[in-house]
Amino acid sequence: MRGADYVIKRSGFALVTIFVAITLNFLLFRALPGNAVSNLARVPHATAALREALTREFGLDKPKWEQYLIYVKQLSHLNFGISYANQQPVWNNLRTKLGNTIPMAALGTAFAIVIGVGTGVLSAWRRGTVLDQVSTNLAIAFYAFPTQWLGLMLLILFAGVLPANGMSNPFLFNPTFWQKVVDLAKHMFLPSLTFALTLYGEYTLIVRSAMLETLGEDYVLTARAKGLSTWQVVRKHALRNAMLPTITLIALSLGYIVAGAILIETVFSWPGIGLAVYKAVGDRDYPMLQGAFLVLTLSVVFFNFVADLLYFKFDPRINE
Amino acid sequence: MSIVMNEPELVAETPPPKRSRGGFIGEVVRGRPSAAVGAVLLGIFILIAIFAPYIEPYNVHQQVGPVFAPPSEQHWLGLDDGGIDMVSLLIQGGRISLVVGFAAALVATFIGGGIGILSGYFGGATDTALMRFTDYFLVIPDVPLMIVVAAIWGPSLFHIIMVIGILLWTGTARIVRAQVKSVRERVYVKRARSLGAGHGRLILLHVLPQIAPLLIANVVLTVAVAIFDETALAFLGLSDPSAVSWGTVIEHAFERTAISSGAWWAIVPPGICVALVIMGCFLLGQAIEDALNPRLKVAYLSVKGFRLRPLVGQGPSAL
Repeated sequence: MRGADYVIKRSGFALVTIFVAITLNFLLFRALPGNAVSNLARVPHATAALREALTREFGLDKPKWEQYLIYVKQLSHLNFGISYANQQPVWNNLRTKLGNTIPMAALGTAFAIVIGVGTGVLSAWRRGTVLDQVSTNLAIAFYAFPTQWLGLMLLILFAGVLPANGMSNPFLFNPTFWQKVVDLAKHMFLPSLTFALTLYGEYTLIVRSAMLETLGEDYVLTARAKGLSTWQVVRKHALRNAMLPTITLIALSLGYIVAGAILIETVFSWPGIGLAVYKAVGDRDYPMLQGAFLVLTLSVVFFNFVADLLYFKFDPRINE
Repeated sequence: MSIVMNEPELVAETPPPKRSRGGFIGEVVRGRPSAAVGAVLLGIFILIAIFAPYIEPYNVHQQVGPVFAPPSEQHWLGLDDGGIDMVSLLIQGGRISLVVGFAAALVATFIGGGIGILSGYFGGATDTALMRFTDYFLVIPDVPLMIVVAAIWGPSLFHIIMVIGILLWTGTARIVRAQVKSVRERVYVKRARSLGAGHGRLILLHVLPQIAPLLIANVVLTVAVAIFDETALAFLGLSDPSAVSWGTVIEHAFERTAISSGAWWAIVPPGICVALVIMGCFLLGQAIEDALNPRLKVAYLSVKGFRLRPLVGQGPSAL
């Protein structure tokens, strides 16, 4: 029954975090110099009457707490406001962009996890060898390179070989389904690779230290003494237990994934939510920036929650 | 492992002998080659930053040759999009990047350390409230929040330092809290308390000196993150447009077609500088943490058959 308690507790935490994020979002954007009215009433010959009408229209004459309630209520209807830049509802803009970001970021993260876990396990297993030193130092190096710079390096390396920007070739004439897929994969390769390279180093270091910890445990000695093969000991006894801290830390690195998306999409002009943030900053398109920030925060909260549940599933000790 | 697990507590119980701060760093570096590498890397860049006005070969606000001129004898790393010497830009940029990094790290450590100490020292409701607060901020992604705040606040170097500093404290708070909790229970703190020492005296004279090395390690590690974040904010055009930092050098090269012009010299060196400083901070910071928490780890499994191997004092390579 403690399992149910745990799930309820984590759900509660996730909900309160969402509430904190929404409130923070409200407060931050209310701290803006000027407001919607002073922005819109900047037209020549704006009269006091126009100002007043606009103030009433945006509800700025109401007390702050009421404005806050209205904001929360509108959010619950997925009303994020209207983008200054293209006059479309922010949510419509964000939805299409999110759809573009998710496959690219997911592919990159999957690459990073595979490479990170692989090199981490290998490093821990062959600790102290040249292989370990090379892989650990490479991991630290890739961890240290600025994300946008790595992307630019890949652009220089693959100039002319792979497309450098966007997610599809607009000049494909009547493409078949297969051609479209190949085209998309070509465009997705470099941004995803950048993602993987910036993320994997951290995963390698985490997995390596977690593995070293479990390799020193008594049950590994027992497994060894039972005569299990090295591979079996590593896979069934060490890696399994090393996965617990790894899951938590991968979840904690989600914030970096979101930050990475902003930089990588800017470098490769990938029309996702990260590029939307970049453009919103440039255009001072505050409703769009506010919406994008909220969506990014909520996705991090959501995946953290998923990681909590996975932890629960993998760790029998919570379940007792 | 269960027996070995108790080791850190035992080691931590014995108060380390008094020594100066420089002596402590010396202690850390001794026997840890990676820490020495980190300290040297960081030291070189700090020296270059301090003496920047005397060693930069050209003025960074003056065109000294054709646009995107390739590396030559006069200009070792060529010129950028404005015909400005790249070596001078890197030297000047390092100055600003390091100032931003260290200033932001100090702000973050001050806030995080303060919250951690209050939380760990007072415990109870204060602890619960502060740690809940920290937990929520830990989940909200740093960089997007920095972008939002910087976009609203307007671009200036001071704003960048404050934005990064104010949003990077969460990790520090948790680490410091854990350490303070253990220090608080030590016998000499209890004795001082029973002799009538007030909270302020206990914190400043008995707790703070014990966690000082941890705070130093934290500043060093946070500098790396702050410099990394500065390049990110600069890349999105949120840094002070008139200040030259490694971040703005990368941003200018990207914005002003260094890649399509084939001018790799305008874009490769600043990234390598950032990476070297971050690696220096990482290696040194990890080594200090490692020295503070000496654990005897053994692995029952290695390629060369069954063997016990102590893992002490290998720095970050023994992560």
